Formats: sequence, structure tokens, C-alpha cells
Amino acid sequence: MKEKSIIKFENFSFRYDSANEFILKNINLEINKNELVILAGPTGCGKSTLLRSIIGLIPHMHGGEYKGRVIVDQLVVNDVKITDLAKKAGFVFQNPENQIFMFSIERDIVFGLENLGTSRTIMKERVDSILSLLKIEHLATKAPHELSDGEKQKAALAGILAMQPKILILDEPTSLLDPKTAIDFINIVNDLRKKIGMTIVIVEHRLDLVVGIADKLIILSNGKIIENNNPKQVLHYSNQLIPEIGIPVISRLYRNLAKSNYDFDNVIVTVKDMVKEMRRKKFND
Amino acid sequence: MIEFKNVNYIHVNGIQALKEINLSIKPKTINALVGSNGTGKTTLARHINGLLKPTSGNVLVFGKNTKKISVASLSKRIGMVFQNSNHQLFADTVKNEILFGLNNFETDSQIKKNRFEWALNFFDLKKYENTSPLKLSGGEKKRLCIASVLAWNPEVLILDEPTVGQDQVQKEKMLKFISNLNKQGKTIIIISHDLEFLWPLKPNTIVMAKGRIKKTGKMTDIFSDDELLNQTCLMRPQLLDLWMKLNIKEEPPGDITEATDAIRRINGS
Ligand SMILES: Nc1ncnc2c1ncn2[C@@H]1O[C@H](COP(=O)(O)OP(=O)(O)OP(=O)(O)O)[C@@H](O)[C@H]1O
Ligand SMILES: Nc1ncnc2c1ncn2[C@@H]1O[C@H](COP(=O)(O)OP(=O)(O)OP(=O)(O)O)[C@@H](O)[C@H]1O
Ligand SMILES: [Mg+2]
Ligand SMILES: [Mg+2]
Repeated sequence: MKEKSIIKFENFSFRYDSANEFILKNINLEINKNELVILAGPTGCGKSTLLRSIIGLIPHMHGGEYKGRVIVDQLVVNDVKITDLAKKAGFVFQNPENQIFMFSIERDIVFGLENLGTSRTIMKERVDSILSLLKIEHLATKAPHELSDGEKQKAALAGILAMQPKILILDEPTSLLDPKTAIDFINIVNDLRKKIGMTIVIVEHRLDLVVGIADKLIILSNGKIIENNNPKQVLHYSNQLIPEIGIPVISRLYRNLAKSNYDFDNVIVTVKDMVKEMRRKKFND
Repeated sequence: MIEFKNVNYIHVNGIQALKEINLSIKPKTINALVGSNGTGKTTLARHINGLLKPTSGNVLVFGKNTKKISVASLSKRIGMVFQNSNHQLFADTVKNEILFGLNNFETDSQIKKNRFEWALNFFDLKKYENTSPLKLSGGEKKRLCIASVLAWNPEVLILDEPTVGQDQVQKEKMLKFISNLNKQGKTIIIISHDLEFLWPLKPNTIVMAKGRIKKTGKMTDIFSDDELLNQTCLMRPQLLDLWMKLNIKEEPPGDITEATDAIRRINGS
């Protein structure tokens, strides 16, 4: 019962050294094992800061005023080394260039695995498989500066996925991907989660990509968590839905129609749902 | 006003990023450049302001060949917001970042002052005036990049993935300023994977695939073409998708308000 959660914030607050105000204010949050959780909120509200606090960049790399505790897979972040946390949690930065630094993509991925002490054959297998899943085999031997920005993001994501971390932290991982690849990537991650068991925290402005598969939608605003619930529930019934949240176009249309007394029998998050519902209402027959 | 004539571009590593590009962009239009990762969108954009020169072929801007004019003189008229903010930002404070281009390209001190204040406030950066750009969040950095370029009021604006890291409110503000600038007579070129963002702007759309221009036209026409979408990793914007699936004959709605009205009208309520 007690062991259900794998990430836990206890009365956690943080202020960057150079800032006057606390960015995160008294956060209490538990994320359960093998859950996929979306973290959303206005730009600059502290999403990346929250992620940095999970993987230990805060407080170990970014100084500031730190209150409360963050516990990651039974480790108290403040008390352990960043390298110990890295064995449990893989992190993809918002800007992929902060990630890739080795000579070639393939080496970059292998480097990550070597750090974790993975055997050579397993390493080779995983690298090949992830390059092929993301359809970037042709980029394997290239240097990062020879890639387009989207290709860099794919390379950074491939590197982390090959490590198969227990906890996967993704900061806007699809922001530079083309629309089809963004959907593919989310599916790859979700399949891997089901196969090996993985807890995923993802910051994503485009909710249409992830609402369908996520267990929770957390909304952060003004340094506080204002929502933490099943995504459908939040999108349709929450009275905390701030305008900054990127609700899918079709769900916004649904909310609009519902407001004007248009009757719907079901909650709508995809175009398919909407079409079904409108057919049933004999719309445009 | 911008013409590509048989443009080919080969990177130093031998990769050919642009193949036989022929393209004409008219003044005062909004244009969208879309296509899968690595198809050459950024490479094409860098040819417009002369940062890259064709390996063969020519790019003409305002009637002049980019091989014959300096990047600096082009920059004044063609503002480009980079895909990766870190490649653009270099000043020690947000204030100096915005002032840099402005000081270079604008002489009138009253105009300078007004434009500086406008850029800082419009993009919600006032409270960071004296902060280092490195300490901004991802979305704030992107807005600073846009603010710095808009401050000097270029005639042509190239935005490479402007919505990255932006929340819904910021995206809606961006939509508004883009169409306002266009109404003031600016030419706008947006590179974006965010098709839902592009949809309400009704841009002339240029689809690229593997270094070539695959198709140009209205968004409605391009995104009705299933085969093209499959080949180019694109997805149909939701409102168009809904309209097609419901077999609605009237013009697809540009935004949710239009969609709500149309559905009510068709329903007779
Ligand atoms: N290293 C830093 N030092 C000082 N302040 C910082 C630092 N990094 C971020 N901040 C500030 O902290 C706040 C939260 O930043 P954070 O990067 O966590 O936001 P975010 O929610 O991830 O935003 P975005 O969606 O734009 O990426 C912002 O006001 C930002 O300016
Ligand atoms: N500096 C470089 N040296 C060598 N090859 C490069 C360089 N920059 C880009 N490329 C290659 O040129 C091609 C086009 O890249 P470009 O950056 O124009 O793509 P893009 O369409 O903007 O992609 P994205 O959507 O990922 O930003 C890609 O195959 C890329 O790998
Ligand atoms: Mg962030
Ligand atoms: Mg690009």
C-alpha cells in the first residue's frame, strides 16, 4: 500500500538564487509506479523547475532556497548524488542541444548505456531497435551539428529510451517533431512503458497527443498544483481549467456547444468521438 | 518579392538539403512552410536572408540576388526568428537583447523607445528586463527572440517554429499579432509543425519533402489530400477533419467560434 508511489514531493518549495520569489510553493504530490502523468501549465510557471527537482539538477546544479523533501524511488534527492538518481530516472531536456554532446548519435546513445554498465550485446540490440523505431537509422553515424533541430530531438529521445530507465522524465519531447513522428513517439514510449514497466512524467503543451493514454493530468499554476486527476475528468468537469492549457480543438468545440445547450451523451476528446455523437444526433442527415 | 530559381544546396558533408527549388513569395502574404523533420525547411529559410547561398541557382529578394548583397543589409528588411533560441540569444540582459537589433537598424530615438517598450510588454517580458536570457524558461526565451526581431520592424518576418514552448494564451496572442502585422502590409513566412496553430491564419502553404517542394496551395486543398499527408508526415487539422467526416459542404471553419455557429446553423437551432 505505502509503496505505490515512486515520486513524492513533501511540502516542497524552491526559489532560484537570483530570483526574489519562490517558483514552487509548498508542493505535495505523489506519482504512482508505472503511471503516465502529464504536467501542464502556463509558460514560466515552473514545469521544468519541477522536473529538475526530480532528477536532482535542483539542488545539485541550480542553487537556491530549498524547503521540504523530494523522494524518488526511496532516495531523498537532497541527500544523494546526481549520478545515483541518473540510474533511476532518464531525462530529456526541453532543448535537445543540452543533451547531445558526443561525436555521433550512435556513440551518444552507447555512452549513456555504458554509464549504466549495460553489456555490449544488449547495448547494440537496444540501439538498433530504437533507431529503427524512430526511423533514424540513416542518422546513426552523423555528428549532432549535421542534424536538423527535429533530428536532434529524435536523437536525444533515442538515447534516453535505449537506457530503459525506471522513471522517464520528458520536458516537451515532441516540440520539434513533425506531426506524424510526434504521435509515433508517444506510442513508442507508451508501448515501452507497458512492456518493461516505467513511470513517465511528461510536460506537453499539446494535450491532444497524450490525453488518450495518460493516467493523470496535473496542472501547475502560480507555483501550486491546482488539478491532479484523470485527464478526461479534468478537461470536461474541472472548474480550474485556466485558459493557458492547450485543450484539443475538438474538446474546446465540445465545451462551446455544450455551453449553448447542445446535448451530448458522452465526453468528447477526439474528432472520431465527435463524429459519432453527431451522427447519433442525425446531424446533417 | 522573394524568388527561388532552380536552387540547389549541398552541405559540406555532401548532403543535398535543397533540390531544384522554384518558389515565389508575394508581398503582404502569410505563408506556411511545412513537412517532415529534415526536409530542408530551415535550410530554405536561411537562404531568404542570405545566411546561406545556393550551391547552384539563385535567390532574389526585393529584386536583388542574395549572392550580391550583405547579410547585414538584408537583415534590416528581413527578420528571422531562429528555431533554436540558444542560437539567437547572446546579450547579458533581456533589455540589451532587444536593444541590439533596434540600435543597429533604427535611428529615431523616440521610435526606438516606443518600440522597445512595446516589445518588452507585449511579450510579457517586462519583469525580466534586467535578467539574463539564459535564466528564462524555454517559452520565455522564444518570446524574447521574437520580441528582439519585431522590435526593429522588418518588412519580411520569418518565424521558424514560433509556437515551441508556448501555452495556449501565448499562441492566441501570436495569432493576433501575426495577422495584425500582415494587415499592416508585412510578408510573413512561418515554419511550423503546429498545424492547429497555422489553420486559422489560412496561409499559402508550401509542403516540402526530401529537399523538394512537393505541393503549394491553400491549406484546405493540401490537407484534403490523404496521400500527400501520408507521404509528408502531416496530420489534418481537427476542424477540417470534422468537416470532411461529417460531409459538410460549406467552407470549413477557421476557428471554434465559426465552427460553433456553423453547427448551430446547420442544425437549425
Ligand atoms: N536557472 C534559473 N535561474 C533563475 N530563474 C530561473 C532559472 N530557470 C528558470 N527560471 C525562472 O523560473 C520560472 C519557471 O521556469 P521554468 O523553466 O520552470 O518554467 P516552465 O514552466 O518550464 O516554462 P516553459 O513552458 O516556458 O518552459 C520562470 O520565471 C523562469 O524565468
Ligand atoms: N550543418 C549541417 N551540416 C550537414 N547537414 C545538415 C546541416 N544542417 C542540416 N543538415 C541536413 O540537411 C537536411 C535539412 O535540414 P533542415 O534543418 O533544413 O531540416 P528541417 O526541415 O528544418 O527539419 P526540422 O523539422 O527537423 O527542423 C537534413 O537532412 C539535415 O540532416
Ligand atoms: Mg520548461
Ligand atoms: Mg528546421
